Amino acid sequence: MTEIIKRDYSLLGTSGKMAVETGLAAAEWYHTDVARKDMKALMQRSDAPAIRDTILWLGSMVLFGGLGIYFWGSWICIPFFLAYGVLYGSASDSRWHECGHGTAFKTRWMNDAVYQIACFMIMRNPVTWRWSHARHHTDTVIVGRDPEIAVMRPPDLFRVILNFFGILDAWHAVIDMLRNAAGVISAAEKTFIPEMEQPKAIRIARIWLAIYVVTIAAAIAMGSILPLVLIGLPRLYGAWHHVLTGLLQHGGLADNVIDHRLNSRSVMMNPVSRFIYWNMNYHVEHHMFPMVPYHALPRLHAMIKHDLPAANPSMWSGYREMIPAFLRQLRNEEYFLKRELPATARPYREEFHGGALAEAAQ
Amino acid sequence: MSNNWIEVCAADAIDEEDVIRFDHDGRTFAVYRSPEDDYFATDGLCTHEKIHLANGLVMDNIIECPKHNGRFDYRTGEAKGAPVCVNLKTYPVKVEDGTVFIAL
Repeated sequence: MTEIIKRDYSLLGTSGKMAVETGLAAAEWYHTDVARKDMKALMQRSDAPAIRDTILWLGSMVLFGGLGIYFWGSWICIPFFLAYGVLYGSASDSRWHECGHGTAFKTRWMNDAVYQIACFMIMRNPVTWRWSHARHHTDTVIVGRDPEIAVMRPPDLFRVILNFFGILDAWHAVIDMLRNAAGVISAAEKTFIPEMEQPKAIRIARIWLAIYVVTIAAAIAMGSILPLVLIGLPRLYGAWHHVLTGLLQHGGLADNVIDHRLNSRSVMMNPVSRFIYWNMNYHVEHHMFPMVPYHALPRLHAMIKHDLPAANPSMWSGYREMIPAFLRQLRNEEYFLKRELPATARPYREEFHGGALAEAAQ
Repeated sequence: MSNNWIEVCAADAIDEEDVIRFDHDGRTFAVYRSPEDDYFATDGLCTHEKIHLANGLVMDNIIECPKHNGRFDYRTGEAKGAPVCVNLKTYPVKVEDGTVFIAL
């Protein structure tokens, strides 16, 4: 009989130590075979798609924000701010992510500039989260190692619902910003941010704090909440789309495995969501080959789909399997959805995942 | 200095602006051909998370790690920014009669 060990998601806890001892941490992950020539072609950088998308993104924000300001005081401003909010509080998530990988643009400074802007909007310290995300890719959904597990087991569904409005994320982000601005790097942050990088995290936190102080001062001076509706609050009222799409990335799937086909989910999405999400709906593909730019992910998907579980045909389909899995994990945290492979795929490595697969959902 | 020159491969086995993996005596190396048709060699694993650099992308004189976007100047081994902080070790390379050699 398998002994059930309670998961400890702390980066300083027992599960993380166990992952290091058992070789789950920093392991060699499964990769679908792709010819070097093809992978080189997929990894090639280009500025054009990201320049186009960035002009569209920031241009739309100026347009919707401008119309929202113009109609401020009337109900007509609401749809414009709702659109502005999604571009601020959700599209920034994918821009932060893709530019953090350094793959969105070919030109380095363009990646860095959009990365800084997006990090501010999504309220993620650009230094802390660069390192946190590197760890997420090294140890994807390895309990106690991955700092970016969105839904832990058993799931805290109240927390998930609150995050559709950015409430807990923004709260923690503000606390982290204030702590970093005071010159304090937490013990957990120290586990993945090298010492030489820590002063940069503190400097950024102080700059952001100054921006928020000026924004709040402007709101007080104007006697209006409008400055905060434009800066800061969209992280709350525009967060829902990045949570809606982001939960699908790993929700309800296996943990403590070293095959992204088991712990990640690709989902076909509508063009608007794919623009906001910058093609991260191809999430298995992204984790398997993180240096493939977002605009090449559909080509990568076509090339390797024979070796991957079938992508969910829609977000609805993803939620239809994920929510029941979350509910079942409330009673049994060992439960997860096993992704079935097509006949053309190389099988999961039983030597690594035999135990996990045996416990998977039937 | 007495270099021990080890044969790697035929010079044309590496595409221009590309890299191959070379394993020798229990160690792994990355051998590069630059856009200027010069050859270079470094340790084969990224100094950040021990990922094989030969699966990465060569752009001009930069090798980018395929896992976390760590970048090095493969001519000097210099780490070019987060998430890599430690330089790569480099090795002398020569090409003789169409064959690439690395000095170990």
